[in-house]
Amino acid sequence: MSVLKILPDIYSVGVVDWDVRNFHGHTYTTKRGTSYNAYLIIDDKITLVDTVMGSFTAEFIENIKQIIAPEKIDYIIANHVETDHSGALPEMMRLCPKAKIFGTAKCREGLYKHYYGNWDFQEVKTGDKLKLGKKTLNFIEAAMIHWPDSMFTYCPEEQLLMPNDAFGQHYATSERFDDEVDQCALMDEAAKYYANILWPLSSVILKKIEEIQKMDLPIKMIAPSHGIIWRKDPAKIINAYISWAKNETKPKVAIVYETMWGSTGKMARKIAEGIIQAGISTRIFDVAVTDRTEIIREMLDTRGFLFGSSTHDNDMLPAMAGFLELVRGLRPKNRVASTFGSYGWTGGAAKEMEVVLKEAGIDIASGGPSFKYLPDEREMKACYEFGSDFAKIIKGG
Amino acid sequence: MAKYKCMVCGYIYDPAVGDPEHGQPAGTKFEDLPADWVCPECGVGKDQFERMN
Ligand SMILES: [Fe+2]
Ligand SMILES: [Fe+2]
Repeated sequence: MSVLKILPDIYSVGVVDWDVRNFHGHTYTTKRGTSYNAYLIIDDKITLVDTVMGSFTAEFIENIKQIIAPEKIDYIIANHVETDHSGALPEMMRLCPKAKIFGTAKCREGLYKHYYGNWDFQEVKTGDKLKLGKKTLNFIEAAMIHWPDSMFTYCPEEQLLMPNDAFGQHYATSERFDDEVDQCALMDEAAKYYANILWPLSSVILKKIEEIQKMDLPIKMIAPSHGIIWRKDPAKIINAYISWAKNETKPKVAIVYETMWGSTGKMARKIAEGIIQAGISTRIFDVAVTDRTEIIREMLDTRGFLFGSSTHDNDMLPAMAGFLELVRGLRPKNRVASTFGSYGWTGGAAKEMEVVLKEAGIDIASGGPSFKYLPDEREMKACYEFGSDFAKIIKGG
Repeated sequence: MAKYKCMVCGYIYDPAVGDPEHGQPAGTKFEDLPADWVCPECGVGKDQFERMN
């Protein structure tokens, strides 16, 4: 990514990772790549806000050199410990050994447990201000959005919020601003980011947004650590976060299934017919072959979930088991779910799936069909009717 | 005295142990922790805790 002045004396100096397709190990598929954003403020005290993934250190330093000699940096703000934002920090501290790092107490602890450096570190708390010269930085602790160390940095003179991972998107682009990119792709990636990373932290996020609104900090621009910068309409992403965090849903159904010999798949499609006939939108996903992070993204604003699995070893199939484990951790609220599937002898998949759904705190609608071997005409009709009954529950809200 | 669990990270506040590192001696009831006390593991507020049975 080339260096870009985003505001007077504030530069975007991060990098674009066009090639990454798996993030956080293999827990998040980044089909559109990502960027690691960092910001350089030229003032009496030259200040760098965050760094980038370690593998991009050389490119990052070249970017900084286009503006200033790196050794001139006085302050480095570490909003977050995770290595996609701190990876280049050891090299930065080697280049500018006199630089002072600012972050939360948990950030100090976390950075030490990653890099074991003896760096000059100043702990900051919500309300602390750092004068750079003409500009000031205010710090807002943001524990568990999304790590204990997380922090937002705000520049009142520019009304600029730098919230690190919050409001980010894994979206590699040559453009840097919201108004320059495709809106559907942008909101799709923002929702996917929320669904897969922030969803279980929703109550913490709602509280933090309320806290910031009470602080009365006007926000003209939000510059996150991944993806594009929100300058045209920062309220758009804040309002989307409020809606997602409140677990607001649309009347639609996600059907997620896994099948051995096709019967459960056949049932899924017949249930979908009943749902569609009742006027409700639905999507069917074979969990064994679908990118699970895309299914989670679709589920974020979906009211109804249907999980189908054949019975195998008296239990659900393994891809479904892994997927439901993920759903359990996301703790969705205000949803209705049910189960279905085909079995050969005693059955068991439906019961085991319901155990996980109950643990996840999801309401279960009864009547999900379970049939032996291949469903006959009467049983297929029952699937259709279940679909239309379930759609009525979803319509009712 | 009831234990309380942090619903965000799973840490359990045990009043018998307290949180002495952050000035809350053993024997401090969860209800008596100051309003600005936070989870020692993940940093979220008291409102994110649930009483355990
Ligand atoms: Fe992160
Ligand atoms: Fe990140």
